[in-house]
Amino acid sequence: MSDPVSALNGASFQGFASIREIGPIGMITLRAKGLKSLDKAIKSVTGTKTPAQRRIEVNGDRACGWMSPDEYLLILPYAGVADALAKLAKSLSGEHHLAVDVSDARAVFRIEGDKAADVLRKLFPVDFEVLEPGEMRRSRAAQVPAALWKQDQGFTLVCFRSVATYVMGLLTHSAQPGSEI
Amino acid sequence: MLILECPYCGVKADETELSPGYEAHLKRFGPGASPEEFEAYMFARKNPKGVHFERWRHSYGCGKWFLAARCTATLEVFGTYSSQVSEPPADIIAKIQARRPGWQPDGKVTK
Repeated sequence: MSDPVSALNGASFQGFASIREIGPIGMITLRAKGLKSLDKAIKSVTGTKTPAQRRIEVNGDRACGWMSPDEYLLILPYAGVADALAKLAKSLSGEHHLAVDVSDARAVFRIEGDKAADVLRKLFPVDFEVLEPGEMRRSRAAQVPAALWKQDQGFTLVCFRSVATYVMGLLTHSAQPGSEI
Repeated sequence: MLILECPYCGVKADETELSPGYEAHLKRFGPGASPEEFEAYMFARKNPKGVHFERWRHSYGCGKWFLAARCTATLEVFGTYSSQVSEPPADIIAKIQARRPGWQPDGKVTK
């Protein structure tokens, strides 16, 4: 099998905060609502509980985020996606759900540093003063959809792979030394 | 700037995160309706100065459609609610009437 390649091949930038494209990361979109086996199915893949509204439950390199009332984002190591899909299909068999591997459709960035929030403040219509740790916020980065959450003294940002270069450009420009808020 | 709270994810989303869906609570007239009814359904839209019910989609967030009651003149938002209803819920009407005494849901003002 060919090696997975992330959208920007791990590009990075050091401004007043550090920007890194990370990945490849395994991601599964799970659409399901009110299923009796849902909690068990999510736990079997990410080891976390089912997140409440707008929360993300992180467990090491695995996580489960709340995307909408009927959608969850499962994050796991890239190599484990096929197994995870098989597990989901087994534990949710007979119940109405949809689980799709979207690992290669996404790009993931880490924004780290004391002033990481300042980089994002310029790009998102989000009040970062009230964004709690463990809260997943779907919004827009300038002109494109993106989701982010606070994790380990920084932020993790997920966007579509097709706009990875655009988002990297935004973050790089926003993090230019001397442009702190 | 218009800020609406999405009733599905609880985000206070600003206008740029949303897509407009225009007038809410339209009743569809399809096959079997008279031409006048169909024309009114297709083309006639309220354009009030004051209280208005609108559809909005949280397009940069959870992607759900929801409904909002707001004033077109002052941009005051009275509330947002689920789109799975065919008429404004009582609590939204109460909120509007608290701010606009005498206002009635069908647009008639009683004194």
